[in-house]
Amino acid sequence: MATRLGMEVSLAVSEAVRLARADVIAAYPITPQTHIVEHLAELVANGEMDAEFLPVESEHSAMSACVGASATGARTFTATAGPGLELMHEVVYIASSMRLPVVMAVTNRALSAPLSVWGDHSDVMAVRDTGWIQIFAENGQEAVDQVLCGFRIGEDRRVLLPVMVHIDGFHLSHMVEPIEFPSQSEVDDFIPPIDLPYRLDPKKPVTMGDFAPPVVYTEVKWAQEIGLEKSKDVILEVWKEFGARFGRHYRPIETYRCDGCKVLLMTMGSFSETAMTTIDRLQANGEDIGLFRIRLWRPFPYEELRQTVREADILIVLDRAISFGGPGGPVASEIKAALYPLEKRPKVVGFIGGLGGRDISTTDFEAIVRRGIEIARKGSSREFEIYGVRE
Amino acid sequence: MERKSTLTARLTDEKERFAPGHRACIGCGEALAVRMVCKILGDNVIIVNATGCMEIVSSQYPYTSWTVPWIHTLFENTAAVASGIEAALKVMTRRNRGDFNDVKVVAMAGDGGTADIGLQALSGALERGHNFIYICFDNEAYMNTGVQRSSATPFGATTTTSPAGKKSIGQFSWKKNLPAIAAAHDIPYVATACPSYHRDLALKVQKAMNVKGPSYLHILSVCPTGWRCPTESTIEIGRLAVQTGMFPLYEVENGKHKINVNPEKLKPVTEYLKVQGRFRHLSEADINKIQQRVNEDWAKLKDLAKLETVPPGAEDYGVG
Amino acid sequence: MAKPEDKITWKDVEPGAVVTEPGSACQYKTGDWRSRRPTYEFEKCIKCALCQIFCPEGAIKVNKEGYYEADLYYCKGCGICAKECPTKVITMVEEKE
Repeated sequence: MATRLGMEVSLAVSEAVRLARADVIAAYPITPQTHIVEHLAELVANGEMDAEFLPVESEHSAMSACVGASATGARTFTATAGPGLELMHEVVYIASSMRLPVVMAVTNRALSAPLSVWGDHSDVMAVRDTGWIQIFAENGQEAVDQVLCGFRIGEDRRVLLPVMVHIDGFHLSHMVEPIEFPSQSEVDDFIPPIDLPYRLDPKKPVTMGDFAPPVVYTEVKWAQEIGLEKSKDVILEVWKEFGARFGRHYRPIETYRCDGCKVLLMTMGSFSETAMTTIDRLQANGEDIGLFRIRLWRPFPYEELRQTVREADILIVLDRAISFGGPGGPVASEIKAALYPLEKRPKVVGFIGGLGGRDISTTDFEAIVRRGIEIARKGSSREFEIYGVRE
Repeated sequence: MERKSTLTARLTDEKERFAPGHRACIGCGEALAVRMVCKILGDNVIIVNATGCMEIVSSQYPYTSWTVPWIHTLFENTAAVASGIEAALKVMTRRNRGDFNDVKVVAMAGDGGTADIGLQALSGALERGHNFIYICFDNEAYMNTGVQRSSATPFGATTTTSPAGKKSIGQFSWKKNLPAIAAAHDIPYVATACPSYHRDLALKVQKAMNVKGPSYLHILSVCPTGWRCPTESTIEIGRLAVQTGMFPLYEVENGKHKINVNPEKLKPVTEYLKVQGRFRHLSEADINKIQQRVNEDWAKLKDLAKLETVPPGAEDYGVG
Repeated sequence: MAKPEDKITWKDVEPGAVVTEPGSACQYKTGDWRSRRPTYEFEKCIKCALCQIFCPEGAIKVNKEGYYEADLYYCKGCGICAKECPTKVITMVEEKE
């Protein structure tokens, strides 16, 4: 039987990790992820969770310890944010290329300098290429559900990949929300015991982490890429099963009042809920605009994206990170690239907003939509614009 | 505790756990050290290896020289990966997913991956008290990438990033005392070892295996390629390192220092320095400076060990 | 037996490029490296095994007569055994072409 509780989302994530019966947690505290690791430490200290909690000395060591634990066959979890994700960057690649199903919650935070503990997606965009499965949560329920699904998806023998669940720093991580928790037996039924094909075990010795000379490196990397692409089938399968079991259905692209709209807005993460309110308001005024959100960021949902935008003329994309000196919005540039091969495709107008914790209200979203439509019709001297910067 | 003679028998065991066919240089002291260590470790281990000479020569895809479970990830995180493995074994045993109580986690890294970039991870793992052995194979420079200096490079040695020249003596700082740093973490067992003193090395590996908690072994690895000495001199030079006091053999067991090889009189350091090309440029004044420092350090060590040590002149583990 | 590197396809790669055959590197003939080889006067050998203990390759094995002899498939010719042998059984000679 599920229980419905009002809880801070960070703490709810820890509860999900407890329900998933994670074996090893190795984490280093960093704002705004601290409540996740603090609560996990408390659960272990009180015997409510039977796991090894390693208070490691840096994020680099956190991911390294997770890699070691996962390679030994343990279910592993960690969490980080912003500069912490950057510090563990090289180890993030190791987890995916060595096909180790670590699950990591990232409370998305801006990168320094200047120091900013507040939320944006710059940490996410810096790990686009790392080969992890990456899923965005928009509210507390989704955060809990995707952490649970993450273990199930990553450890599946057809996948064997690590999973990042992105949770907007402060804007989502620190919200108190009503969350429905499945029971322990329901979770045990949904997530089978971990059983990896290769483990560090003296009874069956294997060598992990050979170096690869040029003659063979390409083949190893292609095998990894195909693995990540194929994981999408398993993700859809798991989400379907999750929906059947728990009544909450997840899709790679979530649409909101999109059908037949000629103008579309795209957001990712918790700001999507404000965007939905804006769409309600605009449609009530007779405006032709809908919203869609990318939930499955990696592997990128090409099919679903192309299907969603096929009727639209204008697509306005909000990025919460900036790729300096280049395309501006990383998500906008990926969407443009994804739509490029189509005969008929909408004009894509990208905006950067919500950097370093700056909020975007419904009024702001309306202004973004207006400006986006204007640029689509009249063009702009810039490749991209930042919304709301004081000139 | 196994008797010394049984350990020697293990050293001559036919089964090679660090299999021949590895690509270490001719006369490599580090490969020899790894080979010896693996024979004492046996099969019930999981080895975590840093990037470095031993990792590169033994693990070219799709082959491996290792017959025990082995993992390599990066350069500086060996102790952190080992921590994760140890924690996993602990929780899996506790939750009845196998009995891994006797499996020992052994971290292996060079001075490169330990003294500099790996020091943070080592310190963290020692402080948290994980049950594992950390072995630093010290060939006194970043050898695998072309003999660049590390903080374990001895004073006056020439390396490619601390080259001896008109304005430079070579390495300008004194060798970082890693065993002392490990001992400062209050771990149960710290020891230095050298393959030239093979029975001493075997005994120390055995002791480390029996420790419940962290232990640290620092093994001198003579490198003919980087030290510029003849390939057949590997054992002889290791012996001279000990006999001149440049690399004393000692243990710190629960905080108590004990010297294992106690020459009645240290041989002059020139005997050690002159047979290695990396010291060829040193002047008499430089050598005197080194001699003075060695004498001071030796006196300090003897002071620390004064309650417990073998009598002067005793070398009951060595050969010759 | 692993496929040679240049024949491996992406489908042959195990997840994470894990190598499942322990000690498979023993196929590599490091004996091709050497420029000198050990020669033996076994009548002097006291079977102390020091040469076997000190060989970095682990190439020295006990032969049919019980003496310690290098396996020339692996021996790199470093000369440590010759130098350390207490009864001077071993002499290193130039490797012939």
